[in-house]
Amino acid sequence: MRHIISLLMENEAGALSRVSGLFSARGYNIESLTVAPTEDATLSRMTIVTSGSDEVIEQIYKQLNKLIEVVAVMDLSEGEHLERELMLVKVRAMGAVREEMKRMTDIFRGCIIDVSDKTYTIELTGTGHKLESFLQAIDRSLILETVRTGASGIGRGDRILKL
Amino acid sequence: MELTGAEITIRCLQEEGAEYVFGYPGGAVLHIYDALFTQDQVKHILVRHEQAAVHAADGYARSTDKVGVALVTSGPGVTNAVTGIATAYMDSIPMVIISGQVPTYAIGEDAFQEVDTVGITRPCVKHNFLVKDVKEIASTIKKAFYLAKSGRPGPVLVDIPKDISCQKTEFSYPTSVSIRSYHPAQHSDLGQIKSAVQLLLAAKRPMVYAGGGVILADASKQLTELVRLLGFPCTNTLMGLGGYPATDKQFVGMLGMHGTYEANMGMQYCDVLLAVGARFDDRVVGNVKHFSQEKRKIIHIDIDPSSISKRVKVDLPVVGDVAHVLNDLLAELHGSKEKPDQQAIAPWWAQIKEWRGKNSLVYKKSDEIIKPQFVIEKLYEVTQGDAFITSDVGQHQMWAAQYYKFDKPRRWINSGGLGTMGFGLPAAMGVQLAHPDAHVACVTGEGSIQMCIQELSTCKQFQLPLKIIMLNNRYLGMVRQWQQFFHGNRYAESYMDALPDFVKLAEAYGHVGMRIEKPSDVEPALKEAFGRKQQLVFMDFITDQTENVFPMVQGGKGLSEVILAEDL
Repeated sequence: MRHIISLLMENEAGALSRVSGLFSARGYNIESLTVAPTEDATLSRMTIVTSGSDEVIEQIYKQLNKLIEVVAVMDLSEGEHLERELMLVKVRAMGAVREEMKRMTDIFRGCIIDVSDKTYTIELTGTGHKLESFLQAIDRSLILETVRTGASGIGRGDRILKL
Repeated sequence: MELTGAEITIRCLQEEGAEYVFGYPGGAVLHIYDALFTQDQVKHILVRHEQAAVHAADGYARSTDKVGVALVTSGPGVTNAVTGIATAYMDSIPMVIISGQVPTYAIGEDAFQEVDTVGITRPCVKHNFLVKDVKEIASTIKKAFYLAKSGRPGPVLVDIPKDISCQKTEFSYPTSVSIRSYHPAQHSDLGQIKSAVQLLLAAKRPMVYAGGGVILADASKQLTELVRLLGFPCTNTLMGLGGYPATDKQFVGMLGMHGTYEANMGMQYCDVLLAVGARFDDRVVGNVKHFSQEKRKIIHIDIDPSSISKRVKVDLPVVGDVAHVLNDLLAELHGSKEKPDQQAIAPWWAQIKEWRGKNSLVYKKSDEIIKPQFVIEKLYEVTQGDAFITSDVGQHQMWAAQYYKFDKPRRWINSGGLGTMGFGLPAAMGVQLAHPDAHVACVTGEGSIQMCIQELSTCKQFQLPLKIIMLNNRYLGMVRQWQQFFHGNRYAESYMDALPDFVKLAEAYGHVGMRIEKPSDVEPALKEAFGRKQQLVFMDFITDQTENVFPMVQGGKGLSEVILAEDL
């Protein structure tokens, strides 16, 4: 099953490699991994999307907790949570397609952040599922490149991951 | 007064009470060696290869309750040390390794003797540090010792670039340490303790299975008291030997791949299993599916939550320091109105007695040829069971574990998790330094000993009177045994051809060498060797070439699917 795991870790050189090294050494799956500093500059927050049996997820949780630089771990998928991912798509936008692209972007509540006479660059935020849907809704042959951040997640309401 | 980074490093070791540092100098640690030279509180033991430095620090740590310290240079110094670090990591041995690194301004430039030490060692340390500021040396070393010793112990590496070790700053050693992301478990939940006691008291076919965690937590006294109070059978893992006295009538021997029949059958068919500081690894429970076919309740005491339900699903996890948890269990049992019912488990003991009757450690005696098991039995007699025994890896290791009856913890020193050939001799050096007046024997084979034989030179330099018990069968015995059983007797590269004359070799290093070829000479030779209190004696026992280790549970098989000597 797919799980989305959030963790707070010391914002130190090499901390990321401890996490990614753990996943590769123990054969755990990483679908996506994002990391950036938080409002507290000494801490980084990481979101890992992974999948595995209940036993494997339990081990991932425990092994992450065991890393010395990991401050707190939460399996967001155990409760109510939100997740968002950012995607930038550069598409060919010439002639009749140009108007169609603008319309699709509006429908998906995206915005065009760069324009040239031949291309648009579209910014889109949402769940992974929504981003997939957008890519399916437009003509594949028009896509020049796609870049996605991977999911960031946060608990709903009072579910808070803090030091 | 301002001190250099190197001086601070040595002052930190002094503050931590480090008696010995095992190491080998080189370019990146020259300042640190210079600082060592000007003091005599921390004694340096110069090994002949960095792997041995780490194994020696490891042996020192295993035979005491202290942290072992090793010091190596950058690049090849570190890569040579990796085997030793991984060995300590697999067996959770507290150790601090200090490594030199190229100067900070040269890091990343493929400088001479540069490797990414933190990257290379990351998967085989509990934690590691690269110190980039001289002001951080003291606090980092303080953290390193704390991490190495607390919680589930393990090796911690501190990488110090050369320029940092010669910069100066004020020195003050932190009196306390706290790491906000690190809170090892101590006492466990009282509710879990109560539930555990209820399960134990209701057991009809109980078994206690205790591992290296008991040794590391210095909890063998508590374990022994608990097992005796309950009247249950107890088995030890390879790492746990000595955690429960082997000569006690409730001890059913070691379990696992080469465990006794009664220990493995008891493990398989018990209804309540108390696992203490052990991790259900593949050499212990064999095939997990087969193990899980029998229904039993498992209580698992371990300091590391990730050890619980990793391979075998556990019913009652008790996370905490083994010594604390056993104390809590004892208190709860003493306070309980219900007492252990010996009548209720009498049929189970009758069953175990029947299994014991198989006499699974029996071997064919011989007047002509030396049986390796016989050597270990005589070693046990001659040393009156009171020696420190280190071993290498292979058949000799299993025979030592099976036939030397360890009654005390920290007497059996072997590489259980990683299975590192070459461990025995350097580990024995660390043990002998920690216990200068004790008998220390290294049980080894002619394959293993040659992986770190250069340390005979270190033994000469530091006058370490080890006794090397080499069981020489002219084969890589354990490899040959598997080839015999599973590869149609095709002994691919398991034959040790062109062996040196070990007697002359020992003499060349300045020691005493003995070759023993007749069973009747085994005991007198051992007596003579142990009588030479000031000398290292290298004993080359020419043993039966094709003796096998029994019982044996093949890899992938279940614990009850055991091969006994009589089956072949």
